[in-house]
Amino acid sequence: MEVPILKQGEFLIAMFQAALSDADLENLRRGLLQQVVKFRSRGVIVDVTAMDVMDSFASRTLREIAHMIRLRGAETVIVGIQPEVAFAMVQLGLTLEGVSTALDLEEGLAYLIEKSKMTD
Amino acid sequence: MAKRETSTKDSGTRNNAAAELVMSEAPSELLRELVAHLRQNRTQLREEWVGRISETRLLTAMTKEEIFAEATSVYDSYVEALETETFEALQAYARNLSERIIPRGVETHEVVGIVLLLRDVLARSLFAKYQADFNKLNRILDAYEPAANRIANTVAVGFVQERERVIRQQQEAIRELSTPVLQVRERLLILPIIGVIDPQRARQLTEQLLRGIRTNRAKVVVIDITGVAAMDVTVANHLVQTVEASRLLGATVIVTGLSPEIAQTLVTIGVDLGKMNTVGDLQGGIEQAERLLGYKVMAVAEPR
Amino acid sequence: MPLGEIRVAINSDQDIVSARQEGRALATKLGFSGVDATFIATAISELARNILAYAGKGEIVLRAIHGSGDGILVVASDAGPGIRDIPQALRDGFSTSGSLGLGLPGVRRLMDEFEIKSRPGHGTTVSVKKWTR
Repeated sequence: MEVPILKQGEFLIAMFQAALSDADLENLRRGLLQQVVKFRSRGVIVDVTAMDVMDSFASRTLREIAHMIRLRGAETVIVGIQPEVAFAMVQLGLTLEGVSTALDLEEGLAYLIEKSKMTD
Repeated sequence: MAKRETSTKDSGTRNNAAAELVMSEAPSELLRELVAHLRQNRTQLREEWVGRISETRLLTAMTKEEIFAEATSVYDSYVEALETETFEALQAYARNLSERIIPRGVETHEVVGIVLLLRDVLARSLFAKYQADFNKLNRILDAYEPAANRIANTVAVGFVQERERVIRQQQEAIRELSTPVLQVRERLLILPIIGVIDPQRARQLTEQLLRGIRTNRAKVVVIDITGVAAMDVTVANHLVQTVEASRLLGATVIVTGLSPEIAQTLVTIGVDLGKMNTVGDLQGGIEQAERLLGYKVMAVAEPR
Repeated sequence: MPLGEIRVAINSDQDIVSARQEGRALATKLGFSGVDATFIATAISELARNILAYAGKGEIVLRAIHGSGDGILVVASDAGPGIRDIPQALRDGFSTSGSLGLGLPGVRRLMDEFEIKSRPGHGTTVSVKKWTR
């Protein structure tokens, strides 16, 4: 399944779809990192609005993505977690600890811009 | 039910009696025969039934016209259930009917009452028709009774289930009303919790808050539990989950009004209070929230 | 209307997605709220994931059930190595930790009823139920 990765200035936006299999998530992880390197992006927004379920594997993948991207000196912010998905996640104990989150694309961008100003 | 002189209806007795009875018709044939009779006499039986309903003062919440309209549908569904010997359609009809009459204030005993009245009216009609042939009457009633009783059961259960569903809905609505999520400033929500919280209410609060964060695009939430006397471990855990889930939606939570007892409960379940954003009282919490949101409090210069 | 049984064979990671999609569809049909349907789908995802991770293959069965209201039954079974220490697997650390192991306490929290049968060498069967409120 192809996941669109858009470039917004010095940031990348990845729109995760619903029904992503483990293999899809693995490919995404690698693909995203490649793009960060290629474009020397300063930040990545992962938009999970379309994901109707976030289980332990998805949660772990998101944390790994954030970790790897930070190793390249860039920030990651996860946006668009739906209220019911967030509720289900915390029941499973998945809190995405250590990963920045924001409500939506707009908030995510504002966060990244703020963050890059601080590191300028 | 019409009185008859029969012994018990178990199959053992029936087998013994088989030598005496002439089993000329199969049970389904009998059913067809009695269904035909009930259809033929539909108008008059239905009238008789509606008459009995008013006599016994049932369905007083409905007008005569409404009763007549519903009576027609019930009668037809009843006979159809007898004929097809399937009850899914009847179940669906019962739920549908209940949905309509519950808001009118119709109660369980009325619904059970009118179905039993119909059962009796029809049984008497069968009795009147077949009374000359005692054996035939027995066989007809043997075919009718179990089906009629199952119908009464299906309708009653359908009504009760619908009633319970309505009551649950109403309780949920009341719970929601009693705990509003307030938008006080832009991007700031306040959730004052008062009274006793059981796990169900806690779950509802969390749902409401998360939806509120999304709708109001809140960045800070102040949950005030000054009005909460005590919290068991389950509910305390819900509070922690609410804080964590709010963060996933990009909102920071400040908990105010934490009593020493509740603080102790949280520590017991392994919460690091140092990590949780807590402030003594609601006012302090709102000020903290405003600071987080970047609001500055400025002294207003007096005009000269 | 009786809905019968839905069986999803779990052999690959794609099957995890299928199982939870079937679960959500059935839950929605039974009248579960959006939140509950998401809880059910998430629980199914975790159970299917366990099957793949620990047994390599297994099956998820979904069924509509009736009590005082409607509900859903999910049975996740495999012929894998089984769980040696069930109480340990169910130990509920409310404080969030990084490693989740089997995630069974979480699945139990998401659903209303939870039952597990497992013996080393004899596979595992987890049955969970949720009722419409």
